[in-house]
Amino acid sequence: MMENINLDYRIIARIITQHAHILDLGCGSGELLTLLIREKQALVQGIELNDEEMHRCVEKGLTVLQGDIESGLVDYPDKSFDYVILNQIMQEIKKADFVIDEALRVGRKVIVGFPNFAHIKARLTLMFAGKTPINDALPYYWYETPNIRFLTIRDFVEYCAKKNIIIEQKYFLAKSKLVRFLPHLFALNSLFVIKRNGD
Amino acid sequence: MKYASIGPVTTHFFVFAQPPASLTLESGRSLSHVTVAFETYGNLNAQKSNAILVCHALSGDAHAGGISIEDNSPGWWDGMIGPGKALDTDKYFIICSNVLGGCRGTTGPSSNNPLTGKPYALDFPLITIADMVEAQRNLIDSFGIEKLLCVIGGSMGGMQALQWASAYPERVRAAIPIATALKHSPQQIAFDEVIRQSIMADPAWRQGYYYEHGQPEKGLAVARMIGHITFMSDLSMEEKFSRKLKNEKLSFQFTDDFEVEGYLRYRGNNFVKRFDANSYLYITKAMDYFDLSGDKFMPGVKKSPVKFLVISFKSDWLYPSYQSQDIVRVLKQKHAYTTYFDLTSTYGHDAFLIEIADETRLIRNFLANIRID
Repeated sequence: MMENINLDYRIIARIITQHAHILDLGCGSGELLTLLIREKQALVQGIELNDEEMHRCVEKGLTVLQGDIESGLVDYPDKSFDYVILNQIMQEIKKADFVIDEALRVGRKVIVGFPNFAHIKARLTLMFAGKTPINDALPYYWYETPNIRFLTIRDFVEYCAKKNIIIEQKYFLAKSKLVRFLPHLFALNSLFVIKRNGD
Repeated sequence: MKYASIGPVTTHFFVFAQPPASLTLESGRSLSHVTVAFETYGNLNAQKSNAILVCHALSGDAHAGGISIEDNSPGWWDGMIGPGKALDTDKYFIICSNVLGGCRGTTGPSSNNPLTGKPYALDFPLITIADMVEAQRNLIDSFGIEKLLCVIGGSMGGMQALQWASAYPERVRAAIPIATALKHSPQQIAFDEVIRQSIMADPAWRQGYYYEHGQPEKGLAVARMIGHITFMSDLSMEEKFSRKLKNEKLSFQFTDDFEVEGYLRYRGNNFVKRFDANSYLYITKAMDYFDLSGDKFMPGVKKSPVKFLVISFKSDWLYPSYQSQDIVRVLKQKHAYTTYFDLTSTYGHDAFLIEIADETRLIRNFLANIRID
């Protein structure tokens, strides 16, 4: 059973505490939230834009708000959630800076997951083929990709330092296992647990 | 998917506030000898924990589902209520009652005033959405139901669902307000005022005391025509009527040349046969007075025990989606478990009566996760 679940989902399920309040931004069809309910008896709320994904969430018994991520966050009181999840969505949102800020206000901790644009194959494709990289974490051609920004592990670490955000945990992921050696080069995906300094 | 209808149904009557008891209204005035017309579908379980209250909109009535044995008419939400339907009568006990101030069996301005033996007319006190809910609460109490599984309704019915959750959070497990608002905007009040003025401008209205002479039919028909315009969308009117003519040529007279004119006249003229003009005045006023915005919603409650499914329709310009999003905003403040869906439809405000397939999928799945004790 566990083998069929994405590695990032498994890690997130390990990170969060029992009975945690979770807000998942861009929750899709609610697979991650369902896992968190099952594994950690989490109390969950999703935000999703797509009609069909919305219906699937409701079918699963999830509570989910239809709307975009930017406007979805603003009305929650401070620290309404133990964790706000921004998994595989950062590269698609317009105001990433604002969303991270708001997520840190609304949640005690924020889990951020994104594809590493500086993966070795991506670098080589750019360098030698002169083409936009396509891989398991970035599976789209330039003309169909939902991604409006590309960031790397280093970019994100630098951003957190500049904004005085504490990185509590970090995970570097290959397709189905963790990467320990030169993650800047070999990680396809990354997961960070961050929080505001002082919280 | 085709499901069986509930079959023949009949309206029942519940009487409360018999003197010396009375129903105290939000205005401070009171009513006695209050009758509530209601229908039920399905069976109340032994724990009395499977009851769903359906609340009707401005011109609705207690006949929400099944086929009336009195006049063979289907209920106004028959597509939603029945075995296997969204409000599944094999699982749930469905109650729908006519609102206080109405004219379809529940006490309203056209009812006899016990003091005079004549219709109340404008001696009937102004009522509010909260008063309507109080009447429903008395009915629910009479069944011995302590906690409703769900309160659901569209438009003004949605206001009642919100009022129930706000006033009795411990007596409602889930609420489904559809195509509604926490309060009327000035535009909505403006439409209601034009509607009221068109009734009151009819000389046959006679300051409200018309019952011996018959309805202000012209005024009420115009009022309803205005309503029907606001219930549709630009696109749904284009699809339904376009500029089609009733006859082949323009008449060059003030007759109903266009199909849309004929439709509005037809709906207006039909409406006066079944609805009391004064009830229209009272109920529109109740909607205008309704305001659960800001701190007025669930006062004193930190964490809402009620779960919510909020539904709006993209083409609804009478109760636009942003008003449902305002509801969601208040629910976030109350840490309520909330699902919000902005359904796609071209039907405008009427969509909540028409988009049965989408509503069914959503509501059935939502209710499946509300525990019946």
